[in-house]
This record gives sequence, structure tokens and C-alpha cells, in this order.
Amino acid sequence: MTLPDDLRQTPLTAFNIAHGGKMVPFAGYEMPVQFPDGVLKEHLHCRAAAGLFDVSHMGQVILRPKSGRLEDAALALERLVPVDVLGLKPGRQRYGLFTAQDGGILDDLMIANRDDHLFLVVNAACKAEDIAHLRTHLGDECDIEELTDRALIALQGPQAEAVLSTLAPEVADMRFMEVADVVLLGSPAIVARAGYTGEDGYEISVPADRAVALAEAFLADTRVLLVGLGARDSLRLESGLCLYGHDIDTATTPAQGAIEWAIQKVRRSGGARAGGFPGADIILAELETGAPRRRVGLRPEGRAPIREGAVLFADEAGGEPVGRVTSGGFGPSVNAPVAMGYVPASLSAADTALFAEVRGKRHPVFISPLPFITQRYKRS
Amino acid sequence: MLKFTADHEWLSIEGDVATVGITQHAAEQLGDLVFVDLPDVGAVLEEGGAASTVESVKAASDVYCPLAGEIVAVNEEILADPSLINRAPQGEGWFFKLRLANPDDATALMDEAAYLALVG
Repeated sequence: MTLPDDLRQTPLTAFNIAHGGKMVPFAGYEMPVQFPDGVLKEHLHCRAAAGLFDVSHMGQVILRPKSGRLEDAALALERLVPVDVLGLKPGRQRYGLFTAQDGGILDDLMIANRDDHLFLVVNAACKAEDIAHLRTHLGDECDIEELTDRALIALQGPQAEAVLSTLAPEVADMRFMEVADVVLLGSPAIVARAGYTGEDGYEISVPADRAVALAEAFLADTRVLLVGLGARDSLRLESGLCLYGHDIDTATTPAQGAIEWAIQKVRRSGGARAGGFPGADIILAELETGAPRRRVGLRPEGRAPIREGAVLFADEAGGEPVGRVTSGGFGPSVNAPVAMGYVPASLSAADTALFAEVRGKRHPVFISPLPFITQRYKRS
Repeated sequence: MLKFTADHEWLSIEGDVATVGITQHAAEQLGDLVFVDLPDVGAVLEEGGAASTVESVKAASDVYCPLAGEIVAVNEEILADPSLINRAPQGEGWFFKLRLANPDDATALMDEAAYLALVG
């Protein structure tokens, strides 16, 4: 494969290549889709022990209130996200969405309260637009800075705590969605107990020039295996987590995407700070009435994976399409194909039988609760 | 007689029957296989026609019929355990047996050295 030469590199690109990463273009970056062990082993190892991921392509952004009062930055950001940012305590993060005037979703992100500023992590493919969006709407109240000199490393899996604790014992006491300053190998790191696999684990922001040393230290631990984007995708799919641009996008609303949980009560109709974000009328009304279509889990009956783009039908033959698969593949931990897609609300109940068309043949699929695996976050 | 195609299939030919599978190189490139779809015994396929589909953890790929003929057997074991293809692509992981319509056509296919040079 020849890579376009304008692909961007992360602080760990050379490290990934040196460890046998099969590099592909992804969101403008040269990223490893897999390592020599392959997607299946990487996936299973992450669920059994610990996986190490380079996610430095993601955008890291600081919102600093010009007034010096964090609540000003929180309230300003609430104009763009339907999320309770003001209520986010120091050292905590939560999932959020940038919404559009028509109720669609511009991106999903993590929002952390870092005492005197907010720290955002956004998708690589959207980061330029997100930062422009922030500057346009929040530029008066906030200094907006993209941290381009930092790497982001995810350490995920049941052994992640034990592995990271060897460098910083205090991380064992962190809870899910907690964010802390931690010194790792003598360098200041921002550690969040969170991830995108359904497993316990951490996402670690470190200065770019310290990334390789830290990654090598993790990898020297026999419990850790390098994991590429292929297994990252199957891990998050089994965990029922949305991939922006696939499972949610500008054409889907939060209720359609089944991520209403990301909109706290205080921002909903009747809440103290109801609405006030783009598309609020549409998005909040849909929370009350229910969306006409919803994102659901899909379990194919056979062994054939049902992939993104497969069209869903209500009947085995004939009829109009009723929906579409937005993510799908083989779930190594489920040991069966798994998928997600959109169906009419009337067909969204668990165990409803539908048919997915693959190569001209209709395969039975069943609506399934999400996630497909048991999430193992450290909530307490 | 062992022959290869540029589409990464191998054929082991005895008389007018070819045992067909995918090459070691193809299996490595595809990654871990999780599903395989085989043609029906008795199906008559054209050269280059879609004979089978393999799905890896990454993507679906078609396997083409390397020469015209009739399917006389399929490997049920790879249906039950597609990882057999990864473990022994040029042995136990064979796909199907094809009774060649024109056995002489096989002489035009690549030998192993030519195939290895192609993928080298």
C-alpha cells in the first residue's frame, strides 16, 4: 500500500511502525490498523489483560475562561452542547455532543473539569471544524487552545490498573470518569479513567516527547499488547459505543442515536438551564415524544458478519427497506457477528426479527440490547 | 500439478479435478477469518466468476473461480471453523474441488515460482 505523503504522524507513528503496525490512512493520520498478532488476538487480549492504543490523532483542546471563573467557560460551552457542564465537578469528565440547529450531531467529545479550565477531547476527523466552531461561538469568553504537542495513549483492560499502578500507584484509587494530574516517568500527565472499549482503563495525555518512553514502558510489561484501530473498532462495537460519522452524524439526533442519557435533566425541558444549545427545540421535543427511528443493536442469526451499509428489511422477501446498518462486524468476545443500525421506533423492541441484505441475500437479524458485552467500568 | 492465479488462489490438479484454495499470502493479508461462504456442489461456474466469500475481522473478500468447471466437493470443515484457512491455507484449509471444463487451460496459470515472484 502506498500512503499519500501528506498524512500526518502522531508522536507514536515511528513507534507503531517499529512494532510492526500495519499502517493505513485514518482521519488524515498514518495509523496502525493492526499489529503482527492481528485484530482477533489484540481484541481478546485487551478484554483479558491490557491493550495499549495510540489515539494521539484525537484533538485535545483547552477552554480557559478569560474571566478566570470556570463557570463562565462552563456556561459558554453549554451554548454548544446539551450537557450539564456547570454541574461537572473538578476532576470529573463526561460525554458530550456538539449539536446543530437542525438537531443533528456535529461531533461527540469528552469534557473534563480541570479546576481552572475545561479540557476537551474531540474526534480527529472533526477537530478542525470543532475548534473553529468553539472559536466562533466562545471566542469572546474563552481562550481556545489546541494542544498539538501532546500524545494521547489509551491503556485498556482488566489489567490496566495494575500496569499503570507500577508507574503511579495513586491511579488505582481513581473512579470511572475521574481525571487527575499524575506524574509518569517524571513527566506531567493528564490521566482519565475512561476509554472506548467497555473495559476499565485509562486515557493518558502526555507531552509528545515523552510518549515513546511511556509507551515502551507499558509494552515492557508482559500483560500489555499493542492494539490497532481494527480491534479498537470491534471492542467499541461490542460495547455498544457510537463511532461518530457512522452511528451518529449530522443526520441523526441524540434521541435517534439512543444517547439521550448524555443530556442531563438540568438541560431538558423543565430543567433549570433547559435548552439554550443549537437544535434545542427539536432535540428536547424528541426526548418527550420519542424519535421516529432509533439506533439499536443487531444480532445476526448466522455466522456471516453484517457490515456497515447493509440494508434492513422487515420481511424475508420484497418490501421497502426499513433501516440500515451503521456499524457491523465480527465480535471476537461475543464469538458471533454483531452490528448496530437504525430502525423505525415501531420495530426497535428487543428480539424483533428483521432481515439484513448481504450480497443479494437476506439474513435474519434480531434487535438486541446494547452493549453486547458486560461493561467493566470502575464506578466505585 | 500446483498452479496459482493473480487473484491469490491455488489449484492442485489431479486429472480433471482441481482442489482450490487461497494462498498463504492471501490468508496473511486477509487476517483472521471468521466466516466463509462456499458454492453449492453441482454449481457450474465460469472462469473468474464469484465462487466464495470470505469474511475476516476486517472485511469481506470474494474468491473467484480460477477456471471454468463444476463444483464436485466443498470443504465443510472451513464452514465450521474458518480459522482453519489461516492455519493451513494451502492444505486442510482448501475451499472446493472443481471438475475442470477444459483441463488444458490450467497450463496457462502461474507456477509457484511465478506466483511468489508476483507477491514477493
